[in-house]
Amino acid sequence: MRRLTWFNTTSLTLGFAFLYLPMIILIVYSFNKSELVTVWAGFSTRWYGELLENDAFLDAAWVTLQVAVVSSTVATVLGTLAALVLVRAGRFIGRTLFSGMIYAPLVMPEVITGLSLLLLFIGIGLDRGVLTIILAHTTFSMCYVSVVVSSRLVSFDRSLEEAALDLGCSTVQAFRLVTLPIISPAVISGWLLAFTLSLDDLVIASFTAGPSATTLPIKIWSSIRLGVSPEINALSTILIGIVAVGVISASLITKSASLRQQAEERAAVKA
Amino acid sequence: MPETVFEPWNDPDAEPLIRFRNVTKRFGDFTAIDNQTLDIYEKEFFALLGPSGCGKTTMMRMLAGFETPTEGTIELSGQDIAPIPPNKRAVNMMFQSYALFPHLSVWENIAFGLKRDRMDKDSIAARVEEMLKLTRLEKFARRKPHQISGGQRQRVALARSLAKAPKLLLLDEPMGALDAKLRQDTQFELMDIQEKTGTTFVIVTHDQEEAMTVASRVAVMDHGRIVQADTPARIYEDPESVYVADFIGDVTIIEGTAQPRREGFYEMTFAEAQPGISAQSERKFTAGQACALAIRPEKVVISAEKPENGVNALKGTILDIAYLGNISTYHVELPGGQVIKAQTTNTRRLSRRNFTWEDEVWLSWSETAGVLLEG
Repeated sequence: MRRLTWFNTTSLTLGFAFLYLPMIILIVYSFNKSELVTVWAGFSTRWYGELLENDAFLDAAWVTLQVAVVSSTVATVLGTLAALVLVRAGRFIGRTLFSGMIYAPLVMPEVITGLSLLLLFIGIGLDRGVLTIILAHTTFSMCYVSVVVSSRLVSFDRSLEEAALDLGCSTVQAFRLVTLPIISPAVISGWLLAFTLSLDDLVIASFTAGPSATTLPIKIWSSIRLGVSPEINALSTILIGIVAVGVISASLITKSASLRQQAEERAAVKA
Repeated sequence: MPETVFEPWNDPDAEPLIRFRNVTKRFGDFTAIDNQTLDIYEKEFFALLGPSGCGKTTMMRMLAGFETPTEGTIELSGQDIAPIPPNKRAVNMMFQSYALFPHLSVWENIAFGLKRDRMDKDSIAARVEEMLKLTRLEKFARRKPHQISGGQRQRVALARSLAKAPKLLLLDEPMGALDAKLRQDTQFELMDIQEKTGTTFVIVTHDQEEAMTVASRVAVMDHGRIVQADTPARIYEDPESVYVADFIGDVTIIEGTAQPRREGFYEMTFAEAQPGISAQSERKFTAGQACALAIRPEKVVISAEKPENGVNALKGTILDIAYLGNISTYHVELPGGQVIKAQTTNTRRLSRRNFTWEDEVWLSWSETAGVLLEG
C-alpha cells in the first residue's frame, strides 16, 4: 500500500468531512436525551421509541413505500417498452422527436413537471391522493428506466433473438426466454433507480399529494417548518441506515457476482 | 459396377430441395440480390462464396426467413416459403457470432429448440446426449458459454442448430472466429457431420479455400449475382469469367486479341514484341476479338534453358520470389512489362534454389494449361 502524502491526506479528510459531517451530526443528535436539538444532554434512544408511536410518520412511511413499489414497477415496464421501441424500431417517422421527448423530463425542472401534473389532475377531476402520486412518480422515473435499459439494449446482439426465433420461439417467447433474462441486470437497476427516486422525491410529490395521503419527505419537510425535533433526527438516521444497507448490499452482490464470474472464466481457460 | 457419383445437379429428374426462382431483394435503392435463379439439392454441401457485400448473407437470411424476397419465390421441397415465419420453417441456422444464449448452459442451449417443440423430457435428454456425443462436448454439458473455448462454442452452436434435425442447415461464416489450424480440423469435422446426418448444408463464406474444401458445389457471387455455380474442381480449372478465375486461387490474366487457327485452337497476341500464345478453347472467338488467358502458376514451367518442344515459351526476368515453404512462386516479367506467375514445388529439403532475382528464365506451358476467356 502506498503511503499518502500530507497533501493527499488533508484533501481527503476535508472532502469526506464536507460530505459526511452534517450527517454525522444528525446521527449523533438523534441519540440525544434533550428535547433541544442543539444541546447535548447524554445518550438515549428515547426518540426512536417515540417515533414508533407517531402514527402520522408511520402512515407517511407506509404511503411512501406503496408509492415507491408501485410506481417503480410500472415505470420499469413502460420504460423497458419505450427503450425496446427506441433501440429496435429503427428509423420511423418522428423517431427523433419521440426519443427527445423521452429524455426531456430528465432535464425538465421538477417544479414544472409537478405543476403540469397538478393542472392535469385538476383538469380531469382526479382527487389527489396515493394514486396521483403514483402516476406522477411513474411519469418521471420511467425516463430514467428507459435510459438505463436502452444503453444495455444498444450493445445487445440481435442475432440472439434471431437464433431464438430460428429455434422455434414466437416473438413473445423470444423476448421472455432470451432477451429479458439477458438484459435483466439493467432492468433491475432501472427499477432500483426508480424506487430510490420515488422514495426521496419532495417537489413533485408535494404538487400531487393531497390531504388524504402524504409521503415521508413531505412530512419531514413540513415538520421542519415547525422546528427541528429530535424525532426527525431519529427518522432521518433510520432512512440513512436503510439507504446505506441497500447501497452497500447491492454493490457487494454485484462485486461477488463479478468475482465469481472471473473465477469461473479462469477455471474454464485452465481446463 | 460403376460407382454412383453424387451429382444430382446433372440429373434432369432430380427434384431440388431449394429452388430460387427469379429472386430479387432490394433494400431501399440498393439491390442486394438481382433476379437470381438457383437450385440446391438434398444432401448437398453448398457454398455461397463472395466478397463482403456481394449478397451471399442476404440469400441465406431469405432461406432462414429473416428477409423476404422483393420479387420471385423461394421453394423448399416444392413449397413457397415466403409466408412461413422463421420459427415454423424446417430450417435452422448457425450464426456467425454463434448467438449462444449466455444465461443457459451448453445442455440447455442445445435443448432450447427441442423444448419449443413440446417434446417429452426423456426424448429431449436423449437427443441432447446424441448431439453432445456427435460434437464431442459431453464433458462440457453443464458449463456456461463463457466457460468454454472458442472452438467448443462453435461446436455448441452447431449442435444446437442440428438438434431439431432440420431439412436444411444454414451456416453463416461458421469458422470465421477460429484460428487457421483449428479451422482446418473443423472443416473436416463439419464434412464428417454433414455426411453422418445427411442434412443439406448451405454455407456462407468469404474464404475460398474453405468453400473449396467442404462444398460439393460452390456459387461464386458478385454484386448480387451468382457468377458461376459449379463443383470446386470446375470452378478452379474451368472458370467461366475473368472474375471467377481471379477470385479463386492464384492466377495470371493475360489480355490480348484472339486469332482462330485450326478447329478449337486459337492464337492470342498480347504484346508487340512477343510471339502469340497458342491455346485450346471450347469457347468460340472471332478474329480480332478481345480475350484473356487465365493461367494458374502451377501450370507454368520455369527453366533456365529454352525448353525443347514447349508450345508456348517466353523469356523473362525474375522480379520477385515468394517462398512459402512447400512451394515457391516466381513473378517473371516479360520484356513488354507483362508479369506471369510460375510455381515450383520444393520437393527436396536441402537443394540449392535454382533461380534468384534478376535471373533470365524461360516460362513454358501447354495449349490446354490456360483457359481462354472473353476479355
